[in-house]
Formats: sequence, C-alpha cells, structure tokens
Amino acid sequence: MTYTENYLSVVGFILVGLALPAAALTVGRLLRPYQPSGPKAMAYESGVLDPTGDSRVQFHVRYYLFALLFVIFDVEAVFLYPWAVAYDALRADVGLFILAEMGIFVFFLVIGLVYAWKKRVLEWT
Amino acid sequence: MNGWTLFGPVTLLSVVLLFVTYAILFERKVMGWMQGRHGPNRLGPWGLLQTVADILKLLIKEDTIPRNADRAMFKAAPVIAFVPSFVVLAAIPYTKGLLFSDLAVGLLYYIAISSITTIGILSGGWASNNKYALLGSMRSVAQMISYEIPLVMSVIGVVMAAGTLNLTGIVESQKEVWFILPQIIGFVVFFIASLAELNRTPFDLPEAESELVAGYHVEYSGFRFAFFMLAEYVYVYAMAALTTILFLGGWNPLFGIDFIPPIFWFALKFLLMVFLLIWIRATLPRIRMDQLMQLGWKVLLPLSLINIFLSAVLKEVFSGWY
Repeated sequence: MTYTENYLSVVGFILVGLALPAAALTVGRLLRPYQPSGPKAMAYESGVLDPTGDSRVQFHVRYYLFALLFVIFDVEAVFLYPWAVAYDALRADVGLFILAEMGIFVFFLVIGLVYAWKKRVLEWT
Repeated sequence: MNGWTLFGPVTLLSVVLLFVTYAILFERKVMGWMQGRHGPNRLGPWGLLQTVADILKLLIKEDTIPRNADRAMFKAAPVIAFVPSFVVLAAIPYTKGLLFSDLAVGLLYYIAISSITTIGILSGGWASNNKYALLGSMRSVAQMISYEIPLVMSVIGVVMAAGTLNLTGIVESQKEVWFILPQIIGFVVFFIASLAELNRTPFDLPEAESELVAGYHVEYSGFRFAFFMLAEYVYVYAMAALTTILFLGGWNPLFGIDFIPPIFWFALKFLLMVFLLIWIRATLPRIRMDQLMQLGWKVLLPLSLINIFLSAVLKEVFSGWY
C-alpha cells in the first residue's frame, strides 16, 4: 500500500464513522415519538424543581493542575517516541550516550513530578 | 479512491456492530454465571436477541433535550465521542494481509485519535447543563488524561524492542518471543491504564451510578445515549485488538502450532482479552477517586518510566535475539 492509499483509507473510516450516527439518528427521527413538554425538558436533578443556578460552576483548581501535568508528560512522550524508534540506529552510532541523554531528560521531568508530589498536588482531597 | 476505501470500512463497521451486540450479551451472560444467576435468557434462544431488542428500544425512545442545554453541542457530543472510536480501527492489522491501512506511525495514530473521545465526553457533560453531568465529565476527563500518560509511556518499551511504530512491524518482531514476557511491567501498566481509559470497572467512576446517576450522559436518551455506549464498546474491541498486537504476538502462533490459520490465533487472543475485561468487571469493586489519581500518578507513571530504562538494559543484555 502506498502512503496516499493508507491515508485515503483513514478518510474512508472517518466518512463511514460519520455516516452511521447520521443514518441512525435520521431513522430514529422517523420512528420515535416527539412530544416535548415542560417537565420533560427539565434538567434531571431533584426531580421536583428546576435546578437553582447555572450548573457551569467554578471547578476546583486541582483539575487544572492535573491538566498541566498531563501536558508536560504528554510532550515528554512526543520526544520519547522518535527516540524509541531510532534507538537501535542511534545505539550503533553514538553508543550508550543516547541512553544517558534520555536519562538526563527524563530525570529533569521526574524532578517536576517529585515537586508536585511533595506539594501534595497529586492528592485528591 | 477505489471501491475498497469505502467498502472496507463498511464491512468492518458491520463486524464491529455484530461484535458489540454479542459482546454486551456475552458480558451479561458471563457476569450472570459468575454471580450465580442466568443472565438474559428470554428473548430468542439462549437470550441471543436480547441486545437486538435493547437497540430497537433505544431507537424508538423519545429524544429529549433539556431546556437549558446547549443544543448544537449536545447533539454533536455523541458523534465526537463515537467517530474516533471507529476511526482508530483503521490502523489495526488482523493478519499480515488483512488490514485496512498500513500506517507507518500506526501506534501513534491510535493513541492520538483515541484521545479525541475525551473532548466528546467533556462537551457532552458541558452541554447538558446538569451538575451531575458536568461533574461526571470533569472526573472522566481527569481520569482519562491521567491514565493516558502511563498508557503512552508503557508502550515505549515495545517500540524500542520492535524499532517501529508500525503495528504490522511490531507483530512481525514478536516471532521469537511475545513482548508480554520481556515487557511484563509494560504489559501490566498498559493493561491497568487501558481499563481506566475504557472507563471500565474498577475505574468506572465517571459513570458511577450510585454516586453520579451515570455521570456525563445522564441527560442523554434514546440513540444519542446509545452512541456513547457504542463508543465505549467499540473501544473495548479496539483496545483488546491493540493489546493482542502489542503484547500477545498478534497472529503469531503459540509453540509453533501453525496449522491453525493466523486469523484464528488473532481471534483467540482477542477474545481472551475481552473475557479478561469482563472477568475483572465481575470481580473488582469500584475504587475511590483519590485512590484512582494516586494510582495513576504515583505508581503507574514511575513504573512506566522505569520500564523504559529497563528495556534499554534488557536490550544490552540480550542484544542478540531481542
């Protein structure tokens, strides 16, 4: 398979993936009843009254801290993948220096993890 | 673009939908037996039509959208959640010849596309404008991004051993020994993280029915709800296939028993993984949110980082054949 064919196949998957919900929801529209009423359209909360206030409330900061940690380590993964693929070639080329280099890189990020750990960012309480 | 470009995905979609239908039945049956009951047994012989009836029921349910919801996003969210779950299957090879897209970066493609589902879950919870839904979706996102890190890191050992991100190449490099043996730490971390990514017990907190009344999809009904569930089960398919490819040697036979065709070997290992997921669901209770986050960041992440360097050491020691 050529490069273009591989990605054309992916496009085919996206089209078919979009077609299924479109088709199923269209068929469903023909089959299902449609009788909207006030209580039905109420948010499901207490069951008696409309919920008080907006539900889009402020969230605890820890969600954002985890998101930041996620970004840091996901970017680390972006660097680790090419390194892992090229490991054999680089090992033959520059020897174990390639391992030491990645060791230093990971070490600096682990310092960040240890810092977050010490600051109790990783606790969920 | 030839006929296969569209015909292939349509064929696979039918296979996947059939799989999902009977995986749900199988799951309910197996859990029934494990808990000393019969499971579904009324519709059709042996309950074989139970899921079909469930799908039909969902299809004719009224589709309610809450008054305060963001309508456009509410409608888009199940689609955003479902489409990536199907698109990742493009990269999965079943045998050497039976595959849809031989991407050079297959593994990276899988990981990149599968994380889009998180956005669907978040927008679903946000658009519902319901406190349970938003809380469930925020928890779900926190869980999925936390476990994506160990998931991504644990396969680096496999990539180093295979020297490629191409999934066919990874299977080919397991001719001698399956990666589950040299990469046992990677496998354990990957498996636990994949359970969390799939939102399955013991990590099904986003849907904790007793605490969050089903979490992010509480406001969804009918077929929009069905697409969230479908996405989950399509990911079960995708993740079982990926685990088979990465760690269980894909279509490579065990003990050189090669008179059984490769596709059956693949199917056997794949079904074993599916069964394992069900077995765990029937066995373990749900863990707490704080335990969940601590397990991800304090245990699995350091383990997967250690595994990378352990793999490098392993390569030095057994440089000849591994």
